[in-house]
Amino acid sequence: MSEGSSARVDRRSLESDAFRVVSARDSLFTRLRNLWNRRELLSSLIRSDIRIKYKNSALGIVWSMLTPSLFLAIYWLVFAKFLKNGIPDFVTYLFAGMIVWNMFNTSLSTATGVIVVRSGLVKKVSFPREILALANVGAATFYFFIQLCVFGLYLVVVQHSPDYAYFWLLPIAFLALYFFTAALAILMSAITVYMRDMEHFILIILQLWFFLSPVVYSYEHSIAPQLHAHGLAWLYFLNPITLIMLTFQRAFYVATTAASTTQTMIVHGHAVPIILKILPSWPMSTYCYLDLALLGITVLLFLLAEVLFGRLQGNFESEL
Amino acid sequence: MTTVIKVEGISKTFNIHHERHQSLKERMLHPRSGSTESFNALNDINFTVDTNETVGLVGHNGSGKSTLLKCICGVLQPTSGQIHIRGSLAALLELGAGFQPELSGRDNVFLYGAMLGFSKKMVEGIFDDVVDFSEIENFIDTQVKFYSSGMYVRLAFAVAVNVDPDILVVDEVLAVGDERFQAKCIDRIRSFQDEGRSILFVTHNADQVRAICDRAIVLDGGHMIADGPTHDSLRIFREHLMDSAVEHDRSGLLASISIDSITTPSGSFDVRSGAGMHFDVNITSQGAYSGNFVMEIFTRKGLLISRSDAKGSPVNLTPGKNCIGIDLEQIPLLDGIYDVNVGVVDPRGNTVIAWREQAASIQVTYDGREGGLVELGAAIRQQ
Repeated sequence: MSEGSSARVDRRSLESDAFRVVSARDSLFTRLRNLWNRRELLSSLIRSDIRIKYKNSALGIVWSMLTPSLFLAIYWLVFAKFLKNGIPDFVTYLFAGMIVWNMFNTSLSTATGVIVVRSGLVKKVSFPREILALANVGAATFYFFIQLCVFGLYLVVVQHSPDYAYFWLLPIAFLALYFFTAALAILMSAITVYMRDMEHFILIILQLWFFLSPVVYSYEHSIAPQLHAHGLAWLYFLNPITLIMLTFQRAFYVATTAASTTQTMIVHGHAVPIILKILPSWPMSTYCYLDLALLGITVLLFLLAEVLFGRLQGNFESEL
Repeated sequence: MTTVIKVEGISKTFNIHHERHQSLKERMLHPRSGSTESFNALNDINFTVDTNETVGLVGHNGSGKSTLLKCICGVLQPTSGQIHIRGSLAALLELGAGFQPELSGRDNVFLYGAMLGFSKKMVEGIFDDVVDFSEIENFIDTQVKFYSSGMYVRLAFAVAVNVDPDILVVDEVLAVGDERFQAKCIDRIRSFQDEGRSILFVTHNADQVRAICDRAIVLDGGHMIADGPTHDSLRIFREHLMDSAVEHDRSGLLASISIDSITTPSGSFDVRSGAGMHFDVNITSQGAYSGNFVMEIFTRKGLLISRSDAKGSPVNLTPGKNCIGIDLEQIPLLDGIYDVNVGVVDPRGNTVIAWREQAASIQVTYDGREGGLVELGAAIRQQ
């Protein structure tokens, strides 16, 4: 044995340590505190997730940029060239929506089955189980920022200057995206333990969800007129991803068109660029209020998901 | 002495589905089908563990000991009751359960450390000790998927015992590894004891409990049937096993043979060290039975000194009273009280037919100069 152990013989007294309690049902506060205490495990899991994903491939981490870029190229080819959707500077528009979508999509498709896949761990080692799902969301967040860098590089190359005035909204929108994604990831990972079909079902849902979000088409241009006619515009915004995408598109895409940089019009007393009816012509304050409201809702959703997960995890052992 | 684990009224109920419908289709088609039976794995368990204590958790398969352990480690939520834990806890439940085969040994040490709840800084501090202990220096940067199962387990054990936990929970992991590594693990557990840490040791091997624990808790069918000094608890454990075996014995054989008493010709169980002794074991049998006879001698601390049997010549029990003689030519034991267990087992030695724990206690007096347990009569001289 090493010399270090002789120094350890003098044990510290545990008298002053507080008791940790294991009971049938922990309060939400206890669960959140446990989660916070194990943040180091979360970062370890995120790192190992990323490493394992690209461990044995020749291109490694480059794939995290290559895959979305190739998808981007395919969508551009199909929607701008074959279907001629008429959105000017479509690649920039697509990019802004895709980075949001990719984060959501990658998180959910990996987190849904994660507790079943790691059942060996769940049955043997004690830690807040939702950390497994959160690690998948964390890894997706990492790819999100890589893609954001690629996006930035692209904007520099094509000499497109985004609407910097809106950039301060991006952190709010991103947090809303994070909490919404995390809430669903936690919930789906628990539900899959009881219903294994979810692993397959989620792929269909995600495909549908992709087309319900304004990534490859414009909400204002293609969807809004019909919905407004029936007074159903709110229906489309039940999908929180929509608002988050619109914020990202507003910040990155808007300044692109020649018209928008020069022409403005007055809406609610504010000067707003004309953006060829691709994006809603809301003033900045509307974006701000909507994003803040969404952030509040998604945080509540996250807490709700935590509570539900706490209920569901009681029987993991016997279901796995 | 500080209490580190406090278990208060823990119960755990499992729902056992006889028909499992896990897919969406099956759930929709059979919303209420398949009978569900509830099974009480644990019933109102209460005990505490203090620092400086090594507690054995004993029970045969299905007694609920693993369930209880999982509750304490926080892997499983109890149905009711609370467990309070103080200090850091490292559980050796299934070694290497948290390993990622794609990652190197080095990465896995950090990941596993994080899973056990220790910081990266701390794991860095003990990394060299871990590698030393596991004896896989040359492979630490190899992906774990290329490890042999022995290397895998050694690395996991090395992490768990080197992270400096206040409480160590061990679940029958000593069955792994070669003999030398096992000895090393026992050594480590002993130094843990010397350092005043708490150890919760789960096994169905009574000899291991005797060797390591000061106190033992016996579980049976989810109930706690004993909690006390190892020696007493194990006696209850054995008697209980015997009782439940009698209950489940269809042939009625077990109930038909009973060991009534041990007597000596003089009526006294006092003996001088080095002298011989004779026991008569009185057995009542309902029918004829031919089997083996076993005698064990233990110290009061529960250390097995000797186990001997009839050496291939079966004892033939006839209906009615039987007497079996045991001759001990000379007893080289030193001063102390020793307990004698006797029993009849089937000829292959697999099943205990009748058992009497602590059937007699012998008091040995010794006035020589040797210390320890036995007198070897060593002669020491210069040559």
